[in-house]
Amino acid sequence: MAEAKVAPRPLSPHLQIYRWSWTMAMSVAHRITGVALYGGIALFAIWLVALASGPSAFDNVQWFFGSPLGYLVLFGYTWILMHHMLGGVRHLVWDFGHGMEAAQRINMARFTLVGSVALTLAIWVVAFLAF
Amino acid sequence: MADNRADTRVSMRTPLARVKGLGASGHGVEHWWLHRMTAVSNIPLIIAFVIIVAALAASPSYQEAIAIISHPLVAIILILAVISVTNHMRLGMQIVIEDYVHDKGLKIAAVIANNFYAVIIGVACLYAILKVSLGRILV
Repeated sequence: MAEAKVAPRPLSPHLQIYRWSWTMAMSVAHRITGVALYGGIALFAIWLVALASGPSAFDNVQWFFGSPLGYLVLFGYTWILMHHMLGGVRHLVWDFGHGMEAAQRINMARFTLVGSVALTLAIWVVAFLAF
Repeated sequence: MADNRADTRVSMRTPLARVKGLGASGHGVEHWWLHRMTAVSNIPLIIAFVIIVAALAASPSYQEAIAIISHPLVAIILILAVISVTNHMRLGMQIVIEDYVHDKGLKIAAVIANNFYAVIIGVACLYAILKVSLGRILV
């Protein structure tokens, strides 16, 4: 029986061949932040289950969230959440057929980054002042 | 959903095939559509979630946390958020898996694990919210 030979087929160029652009970076960031939120929601589930379990379990979990590392995680999680939310709004705008022009795309991608940082800082400033 | 194509008459498929077949996947645009629907519902729910978490961070004691989660409005918003978010993340992770995991067996295993994870997170959160809040009248 003749061996089945796999013909060397041309491959389309992959990520590393392209110059990084704003839209590409924010597209990658949208996916990475989505995956991070996917894992991070477990922290909220653990917090809730600890609360439902009783004071001693709750105090252990609360000790972590009150620690410097806990605050860092919460701060990072806030930014990731805001970035993914603004990136998602961008996708919804595209779903309605708007914002497809080059300048609009780049501006929306920039806004995703600037807006997410601004929202994150605003949330933490307001949280510290108001509560 | 409305058919937004400019001219549906150019389709090579009969109307019956289009209605019954729902494409190669067998479920049409359901995945795409539910992903968008939950994206929209996530926006107000996540804004409310952030406010609730900020209030919780400011009231770190057990009694205060119980009081906040017990409030019907907080509990209802959190329940809605958990349902919306766990569905959205399940659909999103399935897209990521289908993009990057090419081995068929691994892909099926990963999609199953993804569904299990989303359900476990969802049920754990809902159980905890209900256990904390049900029957607890704030006075």
